[in-house]
Parts: sequence; C-alpha cells; structure tokens
Amino acid sequence: MTEAHPLLEVTDLVKHYPVRGGVLRRQVGTVHAVDGVSFSLAPGETLGLVGESGCGKSTVARSVLRLVEPSSGEIRLNGEAITRLSKAELRPYRRSMQIVFQDPFASLNPRMTAGDIVGEPLSVHGLASGERKQERVAELFQQVGLRPDQMKNYPHQFSGGQRQRICIARALSLGPSLIVCDEPVSALDVSIQAQVINLLIDLQRQRNFSYLFIAHDLAVVAHISHRVAVMYLGRIVEIADKAELFANPRHPYTQALLASVPVANPRIKRLTPLVEGDVPSPINPPSGCAFHTRCRYAMDRCKLERPPLVDAGARHQVACWLNEGTGRANAP
Amino acid sequence: MAVINFDAELKRAGADATHGWRRLTFLAQRYLLGTIGLVIMVLFVAMALSADLISRYDPLAVDSAHRLAAPNALHWFGTDSFGRDVWSRIIHGARISLAVGLGSTALGASIGVIVGLASGYLSGWVDLLFQRITDILQSLPLLVLALVMTAALGPSLPNVIIAIAIPLIPTVARVIRANTLALRELPFVEAAKSIGMSEMRIAFRHVLPNTLAPLIVLATAQLGSTILTEASLSFLGLGIPEPYPSWGRMLSESAAEYVRVAPWLVIFPGIAISLAVFGTNLFGDALRDILDPRQRG
Repeated sequence: MTEAHPLLEVTDLVKHYPVRGGVLRRQVGTVHAVDGVSFSLAPGETLGLVGESGCGKSTVARSVLRLVEPSSGEIRLNGEAITRLSKAELRPYRRSMQIVFQDPFASLNPRMTAGDIVGEPLSVHGLASGERKQERVAELFQQVGLRPDQMKNYPHQFSGGQRQRICIARALSLGPSLIVCDEPVSALDVSIQAQVINLLIDLQRQRNFSYLFIAHDLAVVAHISHRVAVMYLGRIVEIADKAELFANPRHPYTQALLASVPVANPRIKRLTPLVEGDVPSPINPPSGCAFHTRCRYAMDRCKLERPPLVDAGARHQVACWLNEGTGRANAP
Repeated sequence: MAVINFDAELKRAGADATHGWRRLTFLAQRYLLGTIGLVIMVLFVAMALSADLISRYDPLAVDSAHRLAAPNALHWFGTDSFGRDVWSRIIHGARISLAVGLGSTALGASIGVIVGLASGYLSGWVDLLFQRITDILQSLPLLVLALVMTAALGPSLPNVIIAIAIPLIPTVARVIRANTLALRELPFVEAAKSIGMSEMRIAFRHVLPNTLAPLIVLATAQLGSTILTEASLSFLGLGIPEPYPSWGRMLSESAAEYVRVAPWLVIFPGIAISLAVFGTNLFGDALRDILDPRQRG
C-alpha cells in the first residue's frame, strides 16, 4: 500500500552492534538495535516514529542518513539505492536529506557564529559564497523566526528554542526533500515545544518536504504526523494513518502507549497500567514476538513465532497474532 | 563536557564584567599568583628582546684583567673566569632559553596535535600504531630521551629544540586524542557529517578549535619544563655549544671549580632559571584554573 513514487523507501533495515568482552575483545553478543524495519515515506508526508527509549528509533534515523552504517537492508531515496554508495558518491544525496538533533546545546559548534553554522553547508556544497551566502543565511534566519542581526552571535548567546531554530535553518539551507527530526523538541520547555513544532509544520506547508519525525511523546507526534509507526525492540509493530492509529490501535503495545498519554482532566479515572516492567535487553531479545514478556494477551504461539507485519485494512499494518482471523488480517 | 565555554567559565569564576579591561583587572585580582607569573614571563621576554640595549658589555668579550670579579658597580653580577660580564650573559641567555622553550613547545605541540587528532579521529589501526609509539616514548624519562636525541643529532640550537620537542609529543597527543574522542561523538560533528563535509575539514574546523583551551594550558605548563630541560642538557654538556651563553652551561662551567671563590657565578644563572620556570608554572596553573574547572581543587 505504498505510494506510486515514495521519497524514501526503507526495506528490511538491520543494525546490529557487536558486544565485545574479555581480554581479547572477542564478540560475546550482539545488540539488535534495529531488526528488520521497513517503511516508506511519500513526498510532503510526515511519518512519526514512536517507541520507548532504546527501541532503535534514533538508530533508524541515523541509518537513513548513513551516519550509522546499516548491517543490512536497503534505503532508497527517490528510487535510488544509497545503502552501498561510498562517502564521495553519497555527497550529492546529502543535499536531499538533513537532520535535526535532540540536544540543541550539543548540536552547534560553540566556536562558530550562528551565521557561519547555517552558512557552512552552502560553502561545503559550493552553492554560495561571500555576499550571496550572507544574504541566503539572512533569509534562512528570517524563515525560522530569528533576526538576521543575530547571525554574528555565538550559540551560547541563544536560548534552547532559538538554538533549535538555528539547527532547523542549517537543515533547510541545502533545500532538502527529507528532514529527519530526532526528538527535536524533547529537550525544550513545553511552551517552546509548541512554537518549534508549529514552525516545522509551517515550513513543510511552504516547501513540501517530508519529515521522518522521531519522538517518544505521542501528543507531539499526533500533532505533526500524517502517519505513525510504533517501534518496539528494533521492529515496527504497528503502522497506520494518524487518525486510524489513535482511534483503532490494534497492537497491545500501541494500546498501552495510548493509554499512558496523560489527559488534562483530573476527573477521568486512569485505567490500570497495561504494560509493566522494562524493555527487555536488545542483546538477548525475547523469542517469537519480542513483546510477549510484557503483553497481557500473550499466548503460547507468541513465544515461539514472530508475527509478521500484515495489512489490517485501511492502510493499517500490525504485527500481532491477535489480529489473525479477525477477517482483516493476512491480506494478500 | 569536553567543550569549554570561556564566557561561561569566567562567569562561574565570578567575573560578571563583560567589558574587556574590567574582566582583566578582575582576573588579575583573583589569580594573583598567575598575574605574578605573567609579569615574570613578560619581563623575561622584554629582557630577551632588548638584550642588546640593556646589556652593558658584549657577552662574549673576554677581559682577562677582570677575571672572577665580585659584583660591583661596573659588573652588576660580577664576571666569570674569562672576565665576561655575567649580567650581559644572563640577559643574552634569556634569548636562548626562550628560543628553546618556545621553539620546542611549539614544535612538540603542533606535531602532538596532528598525531592526537589523527589518532582520535581516525581510530582503528592508526590509533593503535600511534598509541603504542606514544607508550614507548612515554616510558622513557624526558631528560634521558632528550640526552639521547642531542647525542645523536649533535649539539646546536635547532637540534636542541628538536631533541626537547620530541618527548613533548606524546603528552600533547594524549590530551588531544582524549578530547577528540569525546568531541567526535557530539551531534555537531554528526551534523557536519550529514551535510557531507570531508573528514579532514571536520577534524580541523569542528574538532580542533574545541580542543584549543586544554592545549593552551598544557603548552604553557610545558614551557617551564622545556626551559629546565635545556638548562639540564647544557649543564650536562649537550646543550647549546660554546661560546653562546646558556644559563645551564653557565652553571656547569662554574659549579665545580669556582663555587667557593665566586658564588655569584652559580647564584645568578640559578636564579634566572628558577624565576623563568616559576613564572611559567604560576601562569600555567592560573590558566588551567580559569579554563578547566574540573582541575579546580
């Protein structure tokens, strides 16, 4: 059920990290950070990627940009495979995809002025220099809601929200068609979060690029995304259009996540938590369905066989044995 | 956090003044010893630069009529066994000491920076190779290594500078490597990668500028020890060759024979060496306190 010409197509992405131990630094285990993730992203679309800490969301983000080399799987940008390209071959593709990081304090070089930081991608790709570069940077500053006279300031002279705006301006400078946002607002105050999210939405309306938006805050994801994918221990367990997923969550983990969203009404009685305990270690992920250790509906089959991600109608895919035989599972 | 924010550090130290001059006076009051060190260093530099103006005699001129003269109005610091004026020799000796100190520190630090950056940034077998060489160099005492180097290269000013610079490389490389390892994991380095910047440019534009603060501190601290090493080398007869005045050589020439009859031959070069080392160390300590809060006791 993918679009005719997806902007980004990720197929079976796997990233394993070796765990070394002992004097000889032999491999004693493997961290299954990302274990077979597939999704696609249409031009102008926002895909929200949610999950607990350590479920591999950020590794997916970094793999898409080849900041982390995937162990296997394929990433296609505009239909072209970029997974096996060398660093030099990859450079032209870098213009099409940019990233905004979580920590706005560590993502700006403290020794460079804000203007230099935003203008640097232009010089690296030889797009503009001298006067033209300054004009271009001033424009970008205005687009993200900063004053051009702040170009000569250093990062420590900005607030967290303003720094994140600088990061967004840097990402915009190359005119990308995909911006990966790795928890771009988690480090900000709630009041500032809304401003930055709205800025991201406005920019998307003007320029029609796509976002791969990673977050653990469902409220934020609900606000910005068109589609939402839920990750658990390195796998996507459910993916659907935003409205469909929030109205009709099918995976027990998604249901638990939605139930844990705080509601701004103290009179509403909370249900007992649906999920307890911590995420199992990705070094020895549970057999079968990785969620069976914490799932209240777990059956014998869940411990043995891993449920595939299957269509459940209405552009909704879910990986859970409960959905078998409901009439909508196992679509061709 | 590896990145040192100078303004924030200043604030933490208590300097809220944003104006340059007020900030300077504040620092001078707070780090009194450091200021004394700086003044001593400036005096030595001024002395070395104006040596021809303030020395009263040619430091090489032999005057057999006034051998071993005690300090007097004509020869402030007395004369040595050849009748050469000790004051003039000490002033000209400052040139040698500073040339060796600054030259070898600069040389050692620049090579150390390149080795450390390459080692920390490229990692893998480059790192392994550099670190094992560093281990070998560090297992030998600085003076012994410098002795072997000068003995092999032969005594001359450039050779002494090289001989003292080489043992400095591992120390600098270790510090830069540790910093680089921390910095290269930071998102702004990842951001630079994601815009397609070459590794070389990232290393020099994003990593190096952020390791400068510890480098400056280290280099200042090493300056004193290089001056001392030069004096030791000259004392052992492997430093700057005769007849050029070097504080260490002035000591070694007179120590055994004349220390009883002409103690000024030993006292004044000794004071010069101690003061120079003392000054750079005081300044280096203060710099470290200002720039690196982790070392603050």
